[in-house]
Amino acid sequence: MLPDSKIPEGPMADKWDNHRFNIKLVNPANKRKFTVLVVGSGLAGSSAAATLAELGYNVEVFTFHDSPRRAHSIAAQGGINAAKNYRNDGDSIYRLFYDTVKGGDFRSREANVYRLAQVSVDIIDQMAAQGVPFAREYGGLLDNRSFGGAQVSRTFYARGQTGQQLLLGAYQQMMRQVNEGKVTLHTRMEMLDVVKKDGEACGIVCRNLTTGEITSHSGHAVVLATGGYGNVFYLSTNAMACNVTAAWRAHRKGAYFANPCYTQIHPTCIPASDEFQSKLTLMSESLRNDGRIWVPRSPDETRTARDIPEADRYYYLEEKYPSFGNLVPRDVASRNAKTVVDQGLGVGPLKNGVYLDFADAIARDGRDTIESRYSNLFQMYERITGEDPYSVPMRIYPATHYTMGGLWVDYNLMTSVPGLYACGEANFSDHGANRLGASALMQGLADGYFVLPYTIGDHLAPRLGQSPVSLDDDVFVKAQAEVEARTQRFLSIRGTRSPEHFHRELGKLVWDYIGMARDRNGLEKAVTEIRALRDEFWADLRVLGDADGLNSSLEKAGRVADFFELAELMARDALDREESCGGHFRVESQTEEGEALRDDESYSHVSAWEWHDPDTPQTKHAEQLDFVEVKPSQRSYK
Amino acid sequence: MSKRLNLTLSVWRQAGPSAPGSFMTYHAKNIPDDASFLEMLDIVNEELIETGEVPIEFPHDCREGICGTCGVMINGRAHGQEKGTAACQLHMRKFSDGDTIVIEPWRARAFPIVRDLVVDRSPLDKIVAAGGYVSAPTGTAQDANETPIPKEVADSAMDAAACIGCGACVAACPNSAAQLFTSAKLWHLNSLPQGQAERFRRTEHMVETMEQFFGSCTNHGECTEACPKEISQDFIAYMNRDYIKSQIVNRKLAGQK
Repeated sequence: MLPDSKIPEGPMADKWDNHRFNIKLVNPANKRKFTVLVVGSGLAGSSAAATLAELGYNVEVFTFHDSPRRAHSIAAQGGINAAKNYRNDGDSIYRLFYDTVKGGDFRSREANVYRLAQVSVDIIDQMAAQGVPFAREYGGLLDNRSFGGAQVSRTFYARGQTGQQLLLGAYQQMMRQVNEGKVTLHTRMEMLDVVKKDGEACGIVCRNLTTGEITSHSGHAVVLATGGYGNVFYLSTNAMACNVTAAWRAHRKGAYFANPCYTQIHPTCIPASDEFQSKLTLMSESLRNDGRIWVPRSPDETRTARDIPEADRYYYLEEKYPSFGNLVPRDVASRNAKTVVDQGLGVGPLKNGVYLDFADAIARDGRDTIESRYSNLFQMYERITGEDPYSVPMRIYPATHYTMGGLWVDYNLMTSVPGLYACGEANFSDHGANRLGASALMQGLADGYFVLPYTIGDHLAPRLGQSPVSLDDDVFVKAQAEVEARTQRFLSIRGTRSPEHFHRELGKLVWDYIGMARDRNGLEKAVTEIRALRDEFWADLRVLGDADGLNSSLEKAGRVADFFELAELMARDALDREESCGGHFRVESQTEEGEALRDDESYSHVSAWEWHDPDTPQTKHAEQLDFVEVKPSQRSYK
Repeated sequence: MSKRLNLTLSVWRQAGPSAPGSFMTYHAKNIPDDASFLEMLDIVNEELIETGEVPIEFPHDCREGICGTCGVMINGRAHGQEKGTAACQLHMRKFSDGDTIVIEPWRARAFPIVRDLVVDRSPLDKIVAAGGYVSAPTGTAQDANETPIPKEVADSAMDAAACIGCGACVAACPNSAAQLFTSAKLWHLNSLPQGQAERFRRTEHMVETMEQFFGSCTNHGECTEACPKEISQDFIAYMNRDYIKSQIVNRKLAGQK
């Protein structure tokens, strides 16, 4: 049964205040009697760890990176939203809430989103106080830019490195607590299992990636801030090590996995160039502020971009969506790019991209202005493609970027396992079926700084006086033995194909069948083919070396094994949801104009899946979504 | 279709921190020139696995030049010959068919080898823990626009804050000094109004922690040359100035107790 989502009573604007008043508190002197384990050191993990430690809790942080600062939040480019209304353009908490619910295609929880919009303003204050070098105007006040899905300018940024600067801010706050002895930092430690006692989370099992040692760690609560699962597609804008393992291990221990089929395909990435390609690189959405997206009108076009006259260019977003133009939400922009490329209008040597053209912006604002806004992005583009985007248009194409689905959590961010929490991209909570640009940083920091540190007290307070479960307890001994056996199993198969090989093959299946357009036939095929490939993986995997030291093939094998199980669940979830919404586009369910067509009657719910065993499909639990403030409507960005 | 390259690699292999290491020769065949340097290593590793040889461990993660995980010496230069470019952003079109490429891990006593090309850079985190922050506990902040910061100041802080913590500056330095890394973090925070209260305490603590692990700066300037973010050496001068001041200011504060 699905646990209560604990959405507070009362008017929307008062829910969070009421809830904070009603939940239990741990008195300041008692906080030191609790230990919280935080897995992951990105925006959500670092900010949660720093804040919990400031409050007085003992915190242990686990990251598989060599330094917490390497977490993939660092790569976010464009910015962070906040309802500050510094532009005086009519923004408000309500408008950010409204935009986010609508942008998510009416598949998120209103109460969570409203809280997110409320705390967004505190995040900017907090990060500025920490010395994050946000972009400023000459008068010294903060600058803003616009992002997709909004008609106000509410995005704060630090050049094209906003994620880096915010993560460094959170990391530094956490390192301050390391210095004070309140946070114990474990680097190069990969979490490989969640441990439960009497139905509650009581610790984790980790493998030290440098020494190979497998150890258990006990605490009063466990927080997973381990990011999203976009790498299931193999090619994505995620870092190479991003994976679903921590969340998946939790899922296998009873945490429900919600809306796995909601994945975001980001419209502006550099197109793939060959088989060897290991990842795709994002070009920030902020570029759509100044860049114009177009393709040639004729599939037989042979002229270079600069030689194609205006009349022969198809600015498809501006033509189809005059009011939002190039700044339509990501799912809409991506699908339209796919449509024109499928029509044979693609550009580049493989005809697999569309142009993002800055010629007009450079003519209007001058090269210096454009350089000051995007220089690092332009430089990155030049490094990768060998082309100069100041003189020729960029070529872009959609790529997997973010996953809205994740571990099911209640309003307190607690999963269906008591004492086990999920923050940031690892949970499913705020973005519905499509995330708006500059909202991932906002959500990670909202969860870590302003939500979890309060709500975790509700679970801890009644447990005052209880010691953490002993590491000698059977539950730890058994979990540790299982992790050890699984690790050895990868090494003992001694087949012929590398983990990389299987990952690439799996990624192709996921992209082809569970990518930008999905249909029943393809999804059914996906389930069968993923299973077949998974069987081959367990029979023919080759991992060389041993488990006694750094062995990245071995690490990868474990992650790919979990991706197989996740991919199958994604296909089942996509099959079950016979409607289109946000990033989930079922070909069978579209409007006459080819836009996503929701079926609110049947699918206005969260699908939370319960694990049984590798050979039994998960059971679905539906959490009904009630819309009190924002009435669901067919989204229109025309 | 991209051009193809055939290369000879001379790669440092070392099984563990205390194991002896040596250069091994590998042939990288039919490498597309659109591949990145790390993708070239991926291709070599897949072939090694096929032939039953343990693949080369090399540090990498985001492959977008921002996480700071990657970094190897390529023909004796940190991150290779391309200026302002991390190894992951270096592409094979910058090499020629038939080239020999020597690949080594970062060379510095403070960065012991973990395996092959992977080193332990944890002393950099210790420098940050010593004071690389503004003490601003969650919940204490005033409205962000209450403190105007002139654009020039914010831009200069951002120039310093762009450091990705890869350690190329240390690896390139003949003294294995970490002055560029430390001074970049110091200038980021010391130049902003938010960082003033702890300015001299921060400087003293970070510099003294740095000196526990790293050599000293003698102004070779190799650090800025190697830096993938082209962080300016000027920050080292600012750090030295603040450090000298800290020796007076901090003592004076101590005297008031």
